Amino acid sequence: MLQLISLLVENKPGALMRVTGVLSARGYNIESLTVARTLDPELSRMSIVVDIEPAQRGQLIKQMNKLINVLQASDLTESPAVRRELVLLRVRASMQNRAAILKEAEIFGARAVDSSTEGFALEATGDSEKLDEFIEVMKSYGEIDVTRSGLVAVSLEAKKLRLAPPVKKDLEVESTKSDGVFK
Amino acid sequence: MSATGTMSGAKTGTLMNGARILLECLTREKVEVIFGYPGGVTLPLYDALYDHPLKHVLVRHEQNACFAAEGFARATGKVGVCLATSGPGATNLVTALVDAMMDSIPVVAITGQVSTKLIGSDAFQEADTFGITRSCTKHNFLVKKLADLPQIVHEAFHIAATGRPGPVLVDIPKDVFQATAHYSPVSHIHLPGYKVYTEGHAGQIRRAAQMIWESNRPMVYAGGGILAAEASENLRELVERIDSPTVCTLMGLGALPSGHPNFISLPGMHGSYASNMAMTETDLIIALGVRFDDRVTGRLAAFAPHAKVIHVDIDPAEIGKNRAADVPIVGDVRRVLEKLNQELADTADLKPRHEPARAAWRARVRDWMQEHPFDTEISSTEIKPQHLMLEIDRLSGGEAIVCSDVGQHQMWAAQYLRFHHPRLWINSGGLGAMGFGFPAAIGAQMACPDKLVFAIVGDGGFQMSIPELATVANQHLPVKIIVMNNGYLGMIRQWQELFYNNRISSAQLDSFPDPEKLAGAYGFKGTTVEKPHELRSALEAAVNEPGPYLLNVRVSPFENVYPMVPAGGAINEMVLGPPQPVTV
Repeated sequence: MLQLISLLVENKPGALMRVTGVLSARGYNIESLTVARTLDPELSRMSIVVDIEPAQRGQLIKQMNKLINVLQASDLTESPAVRRELVLLRVRASMQNRAAILKEAEIFGARAVDSSTEGFALEATGDSEKLDEFIEVMKSYGEIDVTRSGLVAVSLEAKKLRLAPPVKKDLEVESTKSDGVFK
Repeated sequence: MSATGTMSGAKTGTLMNGARILLECLTREKVEVIFGYPGGVTLPLYDALYDHPLKHVLVRHEQNACFAAEGFARATGKVGVCLATSGPGATNLVTALVDAMMDSIPVVAITGQVSTKLIGSDAFQEADTFGITRSCTKHNFLVKKLADLPQIVHEAFHIAATGRPGPVLVDIPKDVFQATAHYSPVSHIHLPGYKVYTEGHAGQIRRAAQMIWESNRPMVYAGGGILAAEASENLRELVERIDSPTVCTLMGLGALPSGHPNFISLPGMHGSYASNMAMTETDLIIALGVRFDDRVTGRLAAFAPHAKVIHVDIDPAEIGKNRAADVPIVGDVRRVLEKLNQELADTADLKPRHEPARAAWRARVRDWMQEHPFDTEISSTEIKPQHLMLEIDRLSGGEAIVCSDVGQHQMWAAQYLRFHHPRLWINSGGLGAMGFGFPAAIGAQMACPDKLVFAIVGDGGFQMSIPELATVANQHLPVKIIVMNNGYLGMIRQWQELFYNNRISSAQLDSFPDPEKLAGAYGFKGTTVEKPHELRSALEAAVNEPGPYLLNVRVSPFENVYPMVPAGGAINEMVLGPPQPVTV
């Protein structure tokens, strides 16, 4: 089944590798993954969709929470959340199809972001199933080229973020040497 | 990077180079000894070590530096530190890092890296250490500027030593060692995502106490977590308070003294008959700092089928990973046991309710122990491996540090040797890394110079770390290297014999070197013993020798470890001994 995981991670080199490492070490395939900075530039939000046995879902969240760079990992698969995906699509349109394509795009809430004699570039957001349909419909007009963003999600539940407090380092150890510059 | 920087903006503190700053941080972490091997990019650090009081032990292979650091950590509970250069130095650490990861051993590995401007250019001796060791460590760091170094070093030690301990690697480029900065000590570290739950849920602890008093056939299943949490005394208090049979895993031997009346033995693939029968028949497993490893549980579906489970572990991911817990308690096992023992004391009036059933249960376990104890039969013509272990045990008296390698000898040592204290039994449990035993003994002997330290190794594993003979000679470490030499990779031969139709494939080890010449070449004593009646005096001579000693013990080549649970079997389906000849 597909599991949707939302992660709050430190925006540090290697953080993504650690998260994907938890998945690849177990042979799980990532269906989609998005990462971007949060309001706090030191943190990033990741949304991951992964194909997994249902029984392993809890273990996966625990393993991700174990990562030092992960502040919070939550399973949004069944919890209230808004899920959206963006698709950018180029469709080659003959002169007689152009009006029909725009009409159809409108039904899906898509808008044209570029237009040329060759055809259109369209942008649509929505849940993944709706976008699948949109892509299917556009295919019927001719050659298309599609880029999908992967799912992003926001939980509708307030999840308490528990963070570890700072740790004081013991200062009692004397410095071994303090006679200036060392080569 | 600028040639000079500051730690905190203000130009306070002494101006030092990165190498010296690293040594300052290690000193603040109370590091006493580093095991390492120099290389090109760590030259600035070795230059700083030249006139620094920190002790550096030069090993002969980086893998053994990390194994020795593990030996040090396992013997003391302190963080072990190893040091290797970039590229091959760092890649040579990998096996030992995984070993420390599997057994939750606190180790900080410091590796050199090529200069920051060369990273990614396939420079000489460059390897992506940060990427390679990501999955071999609890956490790892690449230090990109000197200003970050002190913070990172202290974070590394904090992560290695706290929570579920483990290895942490710090990769430091050469120009970071060379750059200079005004060093001022770090006062705080902050790892917001590193959450350690120590206290244990009070309601769950109360439920656990209730469940314990309601049980007719309780047993304690204690593991390496007891050692990591220094909870042996609390374990003993629990066991005595509830008077329940107790098994200690391969990682947990010594958590409860071997001679304790409630102690059975180790459970699992080569566990005792009584341990495995008790694990199968119990109605309540009190699992403390264990992870229901497949070598303990056998076929998981058939494991402890009647038991409820109380599972205490500091790592939330261990709870419910292999076996569902009825009472999960995330916490430091010492803190949890302190509270659980108090709760049990407060509710002690419940104890008599099930006492008759529990007395019968204890008697049943004792019967199992008497029915099938470990075989102690001695031969007059050849040294049986069991005989060797019994003789080592006689000399140790449950007080010596025993570092074991991996294989048959490891299982016999675990079965036959007594450990009256924690941190005496040191072995590669989870990873099963051959070559571990001898370098681990070097680390343990460095940590405990006045203790008797045995390295019990097979003729296979010993030859994987044989270059460290130079290290024991150099450092005058009186390690007693006991080679249980059966001329085979014994465990491989045992499986080929039992499960592969006796087709012994690449398991025979010929050409073991003459120990007298071998040890002699390094300037210390070695000999071979092959007659059973000479074994005792040979071991005594080894122990009485003030320096290191290499004793090659020729044992019967075809002896197998029993009991044995075949792979995939339930643990009560043990093979108790070799097939008996049929008499017609």
